Amino acid sequence: MNIQVILKEEENLVKAFINGEIDAFTAPMLREQLATVQQKENLQTELEMSGVSYMDSTGLGVIVAFFKNVNANNGHVKLTGLSPRLKRLFDITGLGEIMDIETDDKGGNY
Amino acid sequence: MRPFDYVEIRVPAKSQYVGVARLTISGLASRIGFTYDEIEDLKIASSEAITNAVQHAYSEVDEGEVVVGCALYPDKIEIMVADHGKSFNFEETKTKVGPYHDQQEVQFLREGGLGLYLIETLMDEVKVHHQDGVTVFMTKYVGEEQVEENVEIISS
Repeated sequence: MNIQVILKEEENLVKAFINGEIDAFTAPMLREQLATVQQKENLQTELEMSGVSYMDSTGLGVIVAFFKNVNANNGHVKLTGLSPRLKRLFDITGLGEIMDIETDDKGGNY
Repeated sequence: MRPFDYVEIRVPAKSQYVGVARLTISGLASRIGFTYDEIEDLKIASSEAITNAVQHAYSEVDEGEVVVGCALYPDKIEIMVADHGKSFNFEETKTKVGPYHDQQEVQFLREGGLGLYLIETLMDEVKVHHQDGVTVFMTKYVGEEQVEENVEIISS
């Protein structure tokens, strides 16, 4: 079980590709990676999560912290490529209404 | 002969073992015939409980252990997670756990964030026992779509 985070930064745009399982063990690694993103005014960010096969509240905590940091500088966070399972996790916790989420509907039966 | 198969997992109170316990529970659940979605719910709920136990056990003793007991019935799975590292008499402990009181237990469990909320939402029954550490006892039935109902109640 592991996690892989690839960051692509250019100007005011940051895209993070997250792959693997996010739980109590891997969430601190994700937090560390996202902490390296240099926060600045109007930063546009995207977390690409189509490779995330499992996530629980530990992952939600990291993403919410990142969301708060970026928003504090008038930036924007977009989550993309979420599986229906992952989207549901955001929805049942109420975060789905607060955050900008794009699902990956390919092959989904929802 | 007892009416269920019992499987107990004992892991060091370290976060790298949460995933190991999760995989084991996933395997057990698929034997009973839970659907893909139900198994994913079980994985999240049990990980939340085990993560809480790991964090709690770890803060008290360096070499803490977490015990996860699973009772497998034809139509349901009962999962008990204890942070005190002692094996438990499953039936005996089960009689001791009761509905938790929002004011007391919840505060402890919620400090990590949304953990207990997710357990409540994804499982059919949840009980917490607060003595010699914390024991979370949760049940999920095969083929009961409880989630949608819960979501409505909580969000309304």
